[in-house]
Amino acid sequence: MAKNKKMNRTARTYLTSFLLVAIFYGAVELIKFSGHLTSKATGLLIPVCAYIMMAISLNLVVGFLGELSLGHAAFMSAGAFVGVFFYNTAGASLPGWLSVVLAFVIGGIAAGIFGVIVGVPVLRLSGDYLAIVTLAFGEILKNVLNSLYIGVDSAGVHFSLKDQFSLNMEPTGKVLMKGAMGITGIKKFSYFSVGILLIVLTLIFVLNLMNSRAGRAITAIRDDEIAAKSVGINLTSYKLMAFVSSAVIAGLSGVLYALNFASLVAKKFDYNLSINILVMVVLGGMGSIPGAIVAAVILTVLPEMLRGFSQYRMFIYSIVLIVMMLFNRAPAFVAWRQRLGLKIHTKKNGNSGSTAEDGKKEE
Amino acid sequence: MQFLSYLVRGISLGSVYALIALGYTMVYGIAKMLNFAHGDIIMVGGYVVFFAFCQGGMNPWLAVILAIAACTLLGITIEKVAYKPLRGAPSLAVLITAIGVSYFLQNGAMLLWSSEPKSFTSVVSLPALNLFGGKLQISAETLVTIAASVVIMVALIWFVNKTRPGHAMQAVSEDRGAAQLMGINVNGIISLTFAIGSGLAAIAGALLLSSYPTLVPTTGAMPGIKAFVAAVFGGIGSIPGAFLGGILLGIIENLSKAYISTQLSDAIVFLVLIVVLLVKPSGLLGKKQTVKV
Repeated sequence: MAKNKKMNRTARTYLTSFLLVAIFYGAVELIKFSGHLTSKATGLLIPVCAYIMMAISLNLVVGFLGELSLGHAAFMSAGAFVGVFFYNTAGASLPGWLSVVLAFVIGGIAAGIFGVIVGVPVLRLSGDYLAIVTLAFGEILKNVLNSLYIGVDSAGVHFSLKDQFSLNMEPTGKVLMKGAMGITGIKKFSYFSVGILLIVLTLIFVLNLMNSRAGRAITAIRDDEIAAKSVGINLTSYKLMAFVSSAVIAGLSGVLYALNFASLVAKKFDYNLSINILVMVVLGGMGSIPGAIVAAVILTVLPEMLRGFSQYRMFIYSIVLIVMMLFNRAPAFVAWRQRLGLKIHTKKNGNSGSTAEDGKKEE
Repeated sequence: MQFLSYLVRGISLGSVYALIALGYTMVYGIAKMLNFAHGDIIMVGGYVVFFAFCQGGMNPWLAVILAIAACTLLGITIEKVAYKPLRGAPSLAVLITAIGVSYFLQNGAMLLWSSEPKSFTSVVSLPALNLFGGKLQISAETLVTIAASVVIMVALIWFVNKTRPGHAMQAVSEDRGAAQLMGINVNGIISLTFAIGSGLAAIAGALLLSSYPTLVPTTGAMPGIKAFVAAVFGGIGSIPGAFLGGILLGIIENLSKAYISTQLSDAIVFLVLIVVLLVKPSGLLGKKQTVKV
């Protein structure tokens, strides 16, 4: 009986997630077809898709693994820079579709490798330390990319962390990456359906991962690390699995995001972006994939729709974070909500015993 | 001589980090939480001093005392409203709330006082010190900052080790439940800790801005995070550790700025944090903690 119910819930998550994406896709195509899609809204489509992927990706770490990553924008950045760097250099001589596909693959792999580099040391820590070290890695990557110059001439590739002149290039050489100016002259590749396709692939991967043996091990680690260890779950490998999967998704979303613009700078992927995505995850409900999708769409579209709102945006976000946490996690509030839920259920079916337990499970 | 000058300035910057780190370390030791908003209290303190002293023409001492009072009040309010209800909740929830508070302060300041940079006038009006026949000039701000942080650290160590509230703090940090059974007002002690930490942040704000006089709503964010790095470096929970960590971090940052790269100095500071956490997670002077199942 209990198993049956759980299966239903899994199926429900699958159904709602894909339905939401389908509705989103359908709605946008419908508006586009009717000719009401403004150019500003068109420009938002790819970022929305990228943020949905980021929200799902961060949810994997925060919601399912139960650790806080404050540098998630760094994985996006790693994927974006490596993917676009390839796309702009080696990819330029390949057929269009192949260079795009390879840019995604390479960007995803690069973010994954960065995820391993960060994850192996970071996952030895937990809680506050882990959060602050992810923040540290994010800042390091941002600072390094911000001062990295790469150029190429007949003598080969030149690197510098100082400025363009210390590349020591021949006058005919080409500068590929200009420090704080980043990568410029990107041939845009922005198709909404590609974004949707990536979201669908992400959903299939994440939902299947969470309903596999590995996914159950990951949530077991979140709920009680010591208990999980004592039943023989390999903490490091499962934690790393969740972390690196999340990094790869973030890297893919970074490539998607970067190909939508003509230039790419490291400053875009800062701490604020990491927090924005965290707000999406928290507002959507930690551990809820459909919630993350809805929150990502609303929090990207709403500020653009309300003019003059942008000034208050981060202020409101901060209040959202505090209130959501107090409401969902404060012991007094949780008890109050359970009492309230109990009252409603008792009135409805007069059976308070089983509903109280359900209420706890929902938490 | 050049090196000495960089070193002294590094120690001065480190003293500011040390003052902030003292607040971090005390709150972490007693409330077992990372108060992410701690850095932003510096910024609030900075604005209070700016409006009272730089614009209002108030006596600098009075202005700093006013800032201490305002920040103390702010710290206690934040603790009561945002953190206290979450006592007993998972640490992830507390951390996200603290990030929320940090954003609240930054963006509240932006709405109130706009993001336009304000230029701060130094609260110290003493002549600079010339050494070696004028070859090495040390500004008065530098000296006052170093002196203030040494005095405050000594006073804090005395307070924690020799007074009754200090002993109560140690007890709460050791075992909250047992301390409560011994009749210690745990909530009061936690409030006191936040009050002291926030007051120190106000002083740190005034001193930081006297040396680096650009005041914007995000002024406190980076020093706050770096002070946390300092606290971890020195061993979180330890008062001399926070001081030592702060000074060392300031020196590392200033020397790498001078000799390696201005742009990469932040990256180097964070690299220090990562290395420390991997090699010696308990920090330089911290106690090793074992987890009992």
